[in-house]
Amino acid sequence: MEQIGAAALPAILGAILLFGFCRGVPVFDTFLMGAKEGVASAIKLLPTLIGLVLAVTMVRESGLLELLCEAAAPVTEALGISPEIVPLALLRPISGSGSSAYTMSLFHTFGPDSETGKIASVLSASTETTFYAITVYFGVCRYKKLYYTVPAALLGDMAAVVGSVLTVRWMGL
Amino acid sequence: MLNYIWFGMIVLSVICAFFNGRLEALSTAVMEGSQQAVELSFSLLGSMCAWLGFLKIAEKSGLTELMASAFSPVIDRLFPEYKKEKAIKGKICMNLAANFLGLGNAATPLGLSAMEAMAKKNREEGPTRGMILFVVLNTASIQLLPINMAVMRKACGSLAPFAVLPEIWVTSLASLLVCVLFCKFLERGKGPWNK
Repeated sequence: MEQIGAAALPAILGAILLFGFCRGVPVFDTFLMGAKEGVASAIKLLPTLIGLVLAVTMVRESGLLELLCEAAAPVTEALGISPEIVPLALLRPISGSGSSAYTMSLFHTFGPDSETGKIASVLSASTETTFYAITVYFGVCRYKKLYYTVPAALLGDMAAVVGSVLTVRWMGL
Repeated sequence: MLNYIWFGMIVLSVICAFFNGRLEALSTAVMEGSQQAVELSFSLLGSMCAWLGFLKIAEKSGLTELMASAFSPVIDRLFPEYKKEKAIKGKICMNLAANFLGLGNAATPLGLSAMEAMAKKNREEGPTRGMILFVVLNTASIQLLPINMAVMRKACGSLAPFAVLPEIWVTSLASLLVCVLFCKFLERGKGPWNK
């Protein structure tokens, strides 16, 4: 399985290149043209990323997350979500590296094949870093209004939290 | 919207750190955060250039257009306003394909390029329905094989790293469905995004 993952990237790059070459595209010149556009986009994103990462590290270091977990405890308990999963559910949308580290710590404490470990695996793998995607994607085109983007994305994240608990309880073990 | 979220995150952190006595940790976080952002941008710069380079080759050779027409049944239904925009459809396809194959490094540059192409066509002040749906799809996960998760599980001593695969599929599909249905429901209503 891991070999498939390792092989996917070179195979796709090779296919794109081969297809282009056979069609008579000047591959290196074309690559450079595209890469040049990448520089502009990446530079345009720098201020957005600074603002985002700054706010996320501040939330993580200030203890705000623990406070939110305590506040959410009554609701999550009523839903049958174990207290260890709540920080992950809150961390997952804002920080990819932070939630990976937290998932690892859950694996070490409970074991990856325990119920908590399985829920953490399913939850981490079935969502993305929501706020990162929203800020970065809208960062390149600078819209002030996002309309219903944030509610829609958060609703999806909530569905993933509920879904990970339900699927692990009903399908596995 | 992001104005309020960003403001809320920072102000609440400062207040919270004040009462927790973590103000010192917070000031290091400010410095470290901005430093990390620069590092992140540089790693993004590399993958951006590489992937947009390959995207250009795929576009010039007609490969993206081929993909766009192959996935038209799905793409046209999700993004009806871009039915005739082959270039945009191609970019959307490439991003969704990269997400599906779990190539996170490729998905972001390809997605940004799709967003820029959609923004170029848009004359309104706010984003179009298609742009919103596209971003929301990118906040959900549509990965076929969550290799990273399996590697993490194996590294922590899991006896069956891929055992949770069906659960992951069901959960991500449910979450994706919720996102799409919510967006499609709001697209029907009256709003500035429907101009």
